[in-house]
Amino acid sequence: MLTIKNLHAEVDGKQILKGINLEIKRGEMHAIMGPNGSGKSSLSSVLAGRENYTVTQGEVLFDGKDLLEMSPEDRAREGLFLAFQYPVEIPGVSNLHFLKTALNEIRTYHNLPALESKEFLKLTKEKQQLVDFNANLMNRSLNEGFSGGEKKRNEVFQLAMLDPKLAILDETDSGLDIDALRIVASGVNKLRSADKAFVVITHYQRLLEYIVPDFVHVLYNGQIVKTGTKELALELEEKGYDWLKEEVHQKESV
Amino acid sequence: MRNSNEIIDDIANREYEFGFTTNIETEMAPVGLNEETIRFISAKKEEPEWMLQWRLKGFQAFKKMQFPKWQHFEMPELDLQKLSYYAAPKQKKKLNSLDEVDPELLATFEKLGIPINEQKTLAGVAVDVVFDSVSVATTYREKLKELGIIFCSFGEAVRTYPELVQKYLGTVVPHSDNIFAALNAAVFSDGSFVYIPKGVRCPMELSTYFRINAENTGQFERTLIIADDNAYVSYLEGCTAPMRDENQLHAAVVEIVALDHAEVKYSTVQNWYPGDKDGKGGIYNFVTKRGICKGNSSKISWTQVETGSAITWKYPSVILQGDDAEGEFYSVAVTRNKQIADTGTKIYHLGRNTRSRIISKGISAGHSDNTYRGLVQVGPRAANARNFTQCDSLLIGDRCGAHTFPYIESRNSTATVEHEATTSKIGEDQIFYLNQRGIETEKAVALIVNGYAQEVLNQLPMEFAVEARKLLSITLEGSVG
Repeated sequence: MLTIKNLHAEVDGKQILKGINLEIKRGEMHAIMGPNGSGKSSLSSVLAGRENYTVTQGEVLFDGKDLLEMSPEDRAREGLFLAFQYPVEIPGVSNLHFLKTALNEIRTYHNLPALESKEFLKLTKEKQQLVDFNANLMNRSLNEGFSGGEKKRNEVFQLAMLDPKLAILDETDSGLDIDALRIVASGVNKLRSADKAFVVITHYQRLLEYIVPDFVHVLYNGQIVKTGTKELALELEEKGYDWLKEEVHQKESV
Repeated sequence: MRNSNEIIDDIANREYEFGFTTNIETEMAPVGLNEETIRFISAKKEEPEWMLQWRLKGFQAFKKMQFPKWQHFEMPELDLQKLSYYAAPKQKKKLNSLDEVDPELLATFEKLGIPINEQKTLAGVAVDVVFDSVSVATTYREKLKELGIIFCSFGEAVRTYPELVQKYLGTVVPHSDNIFAALNAAVFSDGSFVYIPKGVRCPMELSTYFRINAENTGQFERTLIIADDNAYVSYLEGCTAPMRDENQLHAAVVEIVALDHAEVKYSTVQNWYPGDKDGKGGIYNFVTKRGICKGNSSKISWTQVETGSAITWKYPSVILQGDDAEGEFYSVAVTRNKQIADTGTKIYHLGRNTRSRIISKGISAGHSDNTYRGLVQVGPRAANARNFTQCDSLLIGDRCGAHTFPYIESRNSTATVEHEATTSKIGEDQIFYLNQRGIETEKAVALIVNGYAQEVLNQLPMEFAVEARKLLSITLEGSVG
């Protein structure tokens, strides 16, 4: 579904991604881990099309289409969803109105008629229950005055509503207490299906106890330096990243 | 990806939707401003002598006055001698019913989305339609009459209800109030007159729609609204004009009188032609609007959505004379290209326990300049007066300006006056977030702006809130990259 080949990108003239290669297939759950500043969030920003990142080399194919050629909104309409690490607040715009606009933009792109209010509300209720999102927050202004945890849960609710092919969760676990973490993880698990793929970016193994990945990749210094299964995450938890860094430096010096 | 300047240029080149002209035979006054002009207008309107005398008093005052210099923009050169002060569609005979209105006029208003045909109007809205200098139609008059409500053109009120007009005309905005009000007093053409009798709650929205059509004219309408004891009315005005290279002057006066326990809500959706992207053409919207809460516990509320005009210069005000009276001002002013807005309100707290609330939202894009100017004055008798003011500015792009000039004068130590102000820019983060959910940039901006103006839009009657939202979205389409 998503093929990343030799992806290089820079921001403010500084090289951040230095040759990422990654293949993601339908139904898969990938976790990306790595120390601070390794390029995890940059990777998600580049994939989503954030303006201040410049791709200097490489390509990304999304279901055969050149992702990097697309505007951010078209990437979203094609089915790429980013759950933000820091969701923004938009005062005065109700959560539901925003979601209805988003959903209908995506539907229009696929030549589908806009959803009637009744159908939309039905869908809303269904998804809200599925991911256990507080109904009171749906009519509030988008993320305005939400707690950190509520914002993250709203990202998962939006994910459920927009039903993308590929969802990237950028440190969705940061700032969550253990109960909220469980609810978020259970929401994500309910959304897993054979035709969808997930990329979970996280610092901690903790989240992966609840969302079990098929693959774990370690990003270091702009490259994927190791790929394994969930055991790799446990190993990292135990030993930290230093042994991996050393491995990389040894390889480089050979 | 397109940069912001390209997109701003796109929007600048967008056509003004209501810029067409109507080909209709028009009767005009000779160009120029003098006593003859005033006598001509008065005679055309078959006015009584007292009305002519009042106009002449206005003209005397006008001649002694100068254009103000305190505004935050360069005053354009206005040659008032080059304008024609009266333009009216030619009518073969007196109209007895709406069916007799010139089909060309009906078509014009259909095109503007203002059907004059009663069957087609929005349920629950009565409309008075003013085309250039005259009122061409007023709907639902009979139905309103049953309740004792008078809703008619100003000209008709002068002839039919002279006592009421004489009692209140100029009591809120005197003929010598300011140079534009004095000019209006001298040459005002038409407008709406509303009287709600004691204890009557007007069952429908009353609305006036102003259209400037003729070339080289000014529009000087005058509106007078009186809500008697315990009466209530909600009133809305809308306006558009054709696209022309010359600037046109619109100097209207609105007076509102609220007696004991009466309430008047006055809403404006202003969409006069704003000029082109280089600032050529457009309406000078220099308007005096003022209401007086004469009675105890009365209330006047202004809501304005200002998106049009080359220059918008007005301060809808409230004099809180009665005890426990309440005044409100809600405003959204949008400027783009080279538009200028210098707008706000004045609230005079005279009575005891009077309250006021001011919510102003300025939105500037392009090379425009948007100024909030507001006065809150508390008199010595106004014990426990309270005011809350919030004025926010939103900037789109980096070539526009936002300014705030609040004036607060309190002469009573028990008064509470609060002022809050913020300035913000639409954040790239906000736009990217919405992009990432499949919403393109133009729609994202519209969504953010509508959210920003929400508190004010909520004050509009429902049908018009929908219109205003659309107008805001269209006006700002493409203002951000």
